[in-house]
Amino acid sequence: MSLIGSSQFDGHYFWEHLVHPQGFFLTAVWTTIYLAVGGQVFGTILGLPLAMARRSSNRLLVSAAWFYSWIWRGTPLLVQLLIVDVGLAEAGIYRWNDINFGLFTLSGAAQAALVTLALAEAAYMGEIFRAAIGAIDRGQWEAAKSVGMAPWTTMRLVILPQAARVVVPPLGNEFITMLKQTSLLSVIGVTELFRTSSDINSADFKTFEIFTVAALWYLLLTSVWALVQHWIERRLARSERAVVATADKDPFERLTGIAH
Amino acid sequence: MPFQPVPGSAAASTAVVEARDVDKWFGDLHVLQKVSLTVGLGELLVIIGPSGSGKSTFLRCLNHLEKIDSGSLTVNGHLIGYRSRNGKLVEDRERRISAQRRDIGMVFQRFNLFPHMTALENVTAAPVHVLGMKRADANELGMTLLARVGLHHKAASYPGHLSGGQQQRVAIARALAMKPALMLFDEATSALDPEMIGEVLDVMKELAQEGMTMIVVTHEMGFAREVGDRVVMMDAGSIVEEGKPADLFSNPGHERTRSFLSKIIH
Repeated sequence: MSLIGSSQFDGHYFWEHLVHPQGFFLTAVWTTIYLAVGGQVFGTILGLPLAMARRSSNRLLVSAAWFYSWIWRGTPLLVQLLIVDVGLAEAGIYRWNDINFGLFTLSGAAQAALVTLALAEAAYMGEIFRAAIGAIDRGQWEAAKSVGMAPWTTMRLVILPQAARVVVPPLGNEFITMLKQTSLLSVIGVTELFRTSSDINSADFKTFEIFTVAALWYLLLTSVWALVQHWIERRLARSERAVVATADKDPFERLTGIAH
Repeated sequence: MPFQPVPGSAAASTAVVEARDVDKWFGDLHVLQKVSLTVGLGELLVIIGPSGSGKSTFLRCLNHLEKIDSGSLTVNGHLIGYRSRNGKLVEDRERRISAQRRDIGMVFQRFNLFPHMTALENVTAAPVHVLGMKRADANELGMTLLARVGLHHKAASYPGHLSGGQQQRVAIARALAMKPALMLFDEATSALDPEMIGEVLDVMKELAQEGMTMIVVTHEMGFAREVGDRVVMMDAGSIVEEGKPADLFSNPGHERTRSFLSKIIH
């Protein structure tokens, strides 16, 4: 390994792309955000019934939910994306067509991306919900039963609000992973942050500069999320703020693990 | 099947609880062995016995937190957890069991308050979400009940900010909010610091004096003697003997009762 004598770093190019991003670049950032948020939201919504199915007394439901998790957790997202987008179309099963919502068009590739991200995420969120529900003290179920609450009422009023607190930290990890793995969507032609950076790189060959800019954008997005997560945890811990120490870590410490 | 159909007997008019030959197994362990007893309207029955004797399990069977293997349990003449079909007992649907539990209040050793709800919300949750009571009415009821256990000033506090004794009193108010016909106390003071036991027992005594039908599993012999109508001594899953507290404590008829009492009363 040797350092190249004269620095080729183009500071002006780097700075211009960082502070004056072009419109199409910001559109790509926005695409990254809405696909990550959409994938996480739908994945979380689907994960809950999956967790319920795993906990059910019906063996068929348990097996079906287990099978689902086995498939989606056991295969790479990249492969899943190609099967759902290109694969389905090639096999003549389903073709994702652009949908026009008036103000904005959701491309076929973005739809395939959203569906795949959500279905894959559901498998992970299902496990997280299952563990969180299982972590609630048995006495809570018994107390709810003893005042006549039916199982679903118990779940909704007593168990899930408590499980939510347990879910947030791992959910935060999931969402950070989600934000970063949207870069894989480039392979099915979704013009997100990574794809756009690649395109710029192909034109300008300023690899170090443009991917450093991209990295800083990813860092910004994950940092904003850390703040949001901190806020959510504080809200959920209102009832026992004194008891919950982790929620009182400040955002810097949460992100870096460094106390200051 | 050892199950027996239960006739709606005439005697049930004054008996709130009727247990007949209740058997329960935990795996190979025979935790309840042909337990039969009745509790009359307004009666306070105390169940004593060493740990593992089955007294808590019996209480938990009474609102079907535990299943029974044979025999029958009725509260106010209704079979708990099961229904008779062609002379056999089959387990009820969860929804029907939930409805039956409304009439049976239970207070747990570890309080089991809902930690994400305030004291008032703990009390009003079931009236609002199970009985469909209006929020304003439920709050009024809740405040009345909290006042009754001496905690109306703690209505907005979360359980994490209450002492053990206060939590248990909120738990009693929560159970009373469903206007139960029967109250079960499962070692309600065993998890409390000594200085807090009195405040909980006082609430229980008041409840007894107001005529509530109660089954109390406890080691508090003073309480049993003072307000208990009848004491049942259990050991190894069966009832050893029963009697009036004064008689049973001063003159136990059975060696196992005698040795148990000598260990617990110093």
